[in-house]
Amino acid sequence: MLKILKSGLQTSVQDLGRVGFQKYGVIVSGAMDPFAHRIANLLTGNDERLATLEITLIGPTIQFTKDAVIALCGGDLSPQLDDNDIKMWRMLPVKKGSTLTFGEPRIGTRCYLAVAGGIDVPELMGSRSTYLRAGIGGFQGRALTKGDEVHIGKMNLLQTKALHQYTENEFEWLLPPVRYYEEPIIRMIKGKQFDLFTEDSKRRIFSEAFTVSASSDRMGYRLEGAHLALEMPTELISEAVAFGSIQVPADGNPIVLLADRQTTGGYPKIGQIISVDLPLVSQLKQGQHLRFKEISLQDAQQRLVEQEQYIRQVKAAIHLKQEEWT
Amino acid sequence: MNTLFSPLGDRAIVIELGDEINDQTEQHVRKVAALLESRQPEWMIEFIPAFVTVAVFYNPCLAKYDDVKIALKELLTQLTESLPIESRTIEIPVCYGGDLGPDLEFVAQHNQLTPREVIDIHTSGNYSVHMIGFAPGFPFIGGMSKKIAAPRRDSPRLRIPERTVGIAGMQTGVYPIETPGGWQLIGRTPMRLFLPEKDIPSLLRAGDKVIFKEISKEEYHAWEDDLNAENS
Repeated sequence: MLKILKSGLQTSVQDLGRVGFQKYGVIVSGAMDPFAHRIANLLTGNDERLATLEITLIGPTIQFTKDAVIALCGGDLSPQLDDNDIKMWRMLPVKKGSTLTFGEPRIGTRCYLAVAGGIDVPELMGSRSTYLRAGIGGFQGRALTKGDEVHIGKMNLLQTKALHQYTENEFEWLLPPVRYYEEPIIRMIKGKQFDLFTEDSKRRIFSEAFTVSASSDRMGYRLEGAHLALEMPTELISEAVAFGSIQVPADGNPIVLLADRQTTGGYPKIGQIISVDLPLVSQLKQGQHLRFKEISLQDAQQRLVEQEQYIRQVKAAIHLKQEEWT
Repeated sequence: MNTLFSPLGDRAIVIELGDEINDQTEQHVRKVAALLESRQPEWMIEFIPAFVTVAVFYNPCLAKYDDVKIALKELLTQLTESLPIESRTIEIPVCYGGDLGPDLEFVAQHNQLTPREVIDIHTSGNYSVHMIGFAPGFPFIGGMSKKIAAPRRDSPRLRIPERTVGIAGMQTGVYPIETPGGWQLIGRTPMRLFLPEKDIPSLLRAGDKVIFKEISKEEYHAWEDDLNAENS
């Protein structure tokens, strides 16, 4: 079990989201940085679809009530195990009674804690992710707070062996930490309504930096920068939106829709952030800047396929390593 | 009507079946949704039907944009078969005014009517559900009389209780979960529209006919007590 001794800013149970229910208006939720979530799971020997804890900016204090295997991926929030600094993007065995704490955020805002066996909460509509606004899914439909006791699923044979046979530096070779940038260049595909914007807006979206505003959360990031406007005020008919859709409401400040986005929207979409760059956006915090760069749909899909191949290789490598212990 | 296709990022495609909201296009949207539901192509992850569009989410590792577009075009040629479209009528009981509908007076004054007249008009509409979206089980309901149309609030409320019935412009709808919102609130229903424990978690579906029926405060509270007992 994981005992929450101190709550952080916002720690919630997430997985790859609630798929198949958007037609009923049910949002997807899931990890804001699905790449980090997946790698964290794989490093512990989990299926990538199991639930992890998404830890935001100010981490909680967590005590382990039994031996465990963990991995931390994503934003670097200075994790420590029993007051010793620990490395991210690798597998780590944890002894019963140990305490995991977090310090200053170094880079990124969301860190994923995977535990061998997965975070064990009931599935709802095929997912364990927390839908905070509806108060359902995850751990009682809410973020974790002091006193909560979160169950861990059962480890498989390989995971149990890893726990006992792991030695220091074992996974040192495996994964270079993913780079999150202070001011990333985010690739976007032009949106369906791109051509409805003024020439000035079409130019400035690609030439100026945008700042993540204070009113940003898991639903979306509001950006401030160039004022974007339509050539002619146009009444649009609401239609589906997606993870990474860049909507522009009448005030001219773009909104990037993220994990907890609504299913449909009526604002014009100037662009769509490509899937492989979404983690770079999700890891930004208020006040940070980003820039947009155009990419073709074909290139974007090629990058996504390459990323999936990379994840498959990581999976195979971890599996091989674990088999060495059997 | 020409069917248009466009990308929604690198993992979805939008099928546009018309450029204005009307019965014919809505029928068309429902037929496409029913077809996708029954065929479930292997590359498809899920789909979102809206007023005039259906967005299909797919896995680019299994099919790229052009492949999906060709496959969907082919699929749409099979639409001529008459797909049975279910039509249901759902009665939604509403307790109007008072604490449960704090803006009923405003809607009445705005339209130079009495609250009684607003209720009578609201309960006599010929309503149908255009689509479900925005929030879980949230129905966009068409068919409300112009006589009770009302503008959105200048400043949205931060918390609207679940199951509250509202009016914005010529639309009416019910907030299934507690959310911020700018609609004028005229009443509340004891009926749940979001049912997370069910296979189909939305009470209403696009195409459903809706009837609003007035109930008394006593009936409302009796119903709500039953609901709470059920949930505890």
